[in-house]
Amino acid sequence: MNYYESKDLGRFAEVGKFKPDLMKKFFDYYNAATNTDGALSKREKALIALAISHFKQCPYCIEAYTTASLESGANPDQMTEAIHVAASMAAGMNLVHGVQMLNILEKSGV
Amino acid sequence: MRDNNSAIIQNGKYNFQEKLTKNSLSLPPSSIETLQVNITLKCNQACLHCHVDSSPKRTEQMEKITVDKCLEILSNHKEIKNIDITGGAPELNPHFDYLVIEAKKLDKHVMVRHNLTITIDGDPTTGESKKYLPEFYSKHSVEVISSLPYYQEYFTDKQRGRGVFNKSIDSLKLLNDQGYGNENSDLKLDLVYNPAGAFLPASQQSLEHDFKKELWEKFGLKFNNLYTITNMPIHRFREQLERLGNYDEYMEKLINAFNPTAANGVMCRSLLSVSYDGKLFDCDFNQMLGMQIYNIEPMTVFNFDIDLLLKRKICFDSHCFGCTAGNGSSCGGATV
Repeated sequence: MNYYESKDLGRFAEVGKFKPDLMKKFFDYYNAATNTDGALSKREKALIALAISHFKQCPYCIEAYTTASLESGANPDQMTEAIHVAASMAAGMNLVHGVQMLNILEKSGV
Repeated sequence: MRDNNSAIIQNGKYNFQEKLTKNSLSLPPSSIETLQVNITLKCNQACLHCHVDSSPKRTEQMEKITVDKCLEILSNHKEIKNIDITGGAPELNPHFDYLVIEAKKLDKHVMVRHNLTITIDGDPTTGESKKYLPEFYSKHSVEVISSLPYYQEYFTDKQRGRGVFNKSIDSLKLLNDQGYGNENSDLKLDLVYNPAGAFLPASQQSLEHDFKKELWEKFGLKFNNLYTITNMPIHRFREQLERLGNYDEYMEKLINAFNPTAANGVMCRSLLSVSYDGKLFDCDFNQMLGMQIYNIEPMTVFNFDIDLLLKRKICFDSHCFGCTAGNGSSCGGATV
């Protein structure tokens, strides 16, 4: 058995076995935020979620939002671009802290 | 097992009848408006999702005696307004043109499930050209309904074979040149979207918007409506699901997406399916599964009795979850 099992994604709601009222609040918010067409379409939200899933490297979310993206009409080109947005953001977030390094170098007289 | 009303009762793992009962649904026939005739199992393609298992190797063809019987049924029943001609590639039946012309003479609305590439490829066995088809369709005001899984090559070719997307674009241009696809034209050209894998279709409306935008901007192509159809877990598609270890997961997906509103709109309630050898079925999927309509004896076009057929109990099985999932699925697209 592995730490992550694909079949466990289907058991997400069981986390509400304890403190069900809090889990209900979560699912109400989650569904309202992700599963509706609003100012952003469901497809746009699915692609954002797909990007975040890769950024945070959550295998449950990656599976759920790969499917959700396909079922909202997205194609592999769009989905891959979303991953690249996440990957480039991660790279950028690392690199921009280099400014802190430059500040310290400068302060050190380097 | 069959009950007195000739319904097959499914005792397997995925029990559709049980789902209907739990939702207080009975789904009797409401009318017979469409006669869907599958006139050949032969096709120039062998698509991944094909529930007919069509290919160039198939040889089953509807004979003229059966074609004439279908026309007689149409002539004798004004309430059957539509004939939906399908296959395989129906244009590969030698009586195809005759059927279209005679059905139009009876003032029926004629629909043809046209795969687009047959115009470019021709008959895969004889090499006979089918380039006349766009003009033939236009001349007889046929509603052309064609599969195009996506507006990109990757998804389309993955499902329907290498080169199909580009040939489909060429064929759509020929239909547009005949006047098909314009908003106010009587020449209706509809596209059908099937998911390229084990997932449900997106909303029909949003996909239609995307398809219209992309096909117009990239290729200057127009069409009227987009229909989304869920992949049925039978035959070739089921084999793929089982090969990928996905069958149970896909069935669970369909069952979890069961929509009682979609169930009320299932096409078997207003359609009859005819096989190449004249047998009658509730739909093309039941036809491919051999689930013939019975009333004491097997029903065919040769013992056609519309009163009995309207009183029949439709045969349901686990594949019916495909038509009732999400926004619903039918030969006319979403049912919700």
